[in-house]
Amino acid sequence: MSVPMEYYLILSAFMFIVGVAGVLTRRNAIVVFMSVELMLNSANLSLITFSSFMGNPVGQLFVFFVMTVAAAEAAVGLAIIIALFRNKLTLNIDEINILKW
Amino acid sequence: MTLEIILFIFFAGTAAVTSVIMITRSNVVIAALFLILNFGSLAGLYLLLNAQFLAVTQVIVYAGAIMVLFLFVIMLLKPEHEKTVSKIPGMKIFSFAIAFMVFVQLAYLIFFASQSKNISQNVEASINAGTIETIGTELFTNYILPFEAAGFLLLAATIGALILAKRKIE
Repeated sequence: MSVPMEYYLILSAFMFIVGVAGVLTRRNAIVVFMSVELMLNSANLSLITFSSFMGNPVGQLFVFFVMTVAAAEAAVGLAIIIALFRNKLTLNIDEINILKW
Repeated sequence: MTLEIILFIFFAGTAAVTSVIMITRSNVVIAALFLILNFGSLAGLYLLLNAQFLAVTQVIVYAGAIMVLFLFVIMLLKPEHEKTVSKIPGMKIFSFAIAFMVFVQLAYLIFFASQSKNISQNVEASINAGTIETIGTELFTNYILPFEAAGFLLLAATIGALILAKRKIE
């Protein structure tokens, strides 16, 4: 394979950092959630890169399980967001502070 | 330049640019659509890495199912355009500075401290590792217990989402 491993890893690192910046700067709960998905995907890219370059299928199995957990997490997380919106009528995470004391 | 390098530049550029666009748009629907494009280009990268099964799964599960769920919730809630002002002043500059510093550290680790120079790719083994046959064999022999647990997890998530999103719990 002619593309070296480092380029895939640096792309994965870049996407992870963009996800972190999104979580820190955005105030909309749905966009924060989408940034978390972006970070999950960058981790998946790293796993598949290592798996492919070492010729070992276990990394890809791990990505398969990560995808399963991400699907479950998206369903429950979005249900929580719907329940929150019903109670507070806002998606701004600065105003959703019912767990603070 | 071989076809592979051209495809890598195309997919990697799309993934990087769309991820940045995703976190900078104030319209949530546009952000979600760019995230779908990002997942699609990631599927292309998986194909370049010989992970055929996961490329297809990425398109079906991520770009298909999960993002449709996101778009449905956005449509249901119709969130207003957010006010960009955070409660904490200087939060934006601080977080970008932190993100940039961490990125520089990661780049240093990847390019200069890397052990990965010793890894030379065995194309035969790599192609073999990504086929649905290999993954299915591993999944139903060595990893049968996590596989069943994932099934239970999905069932629990379905029931949990139903209960959470219901209007009233009797």
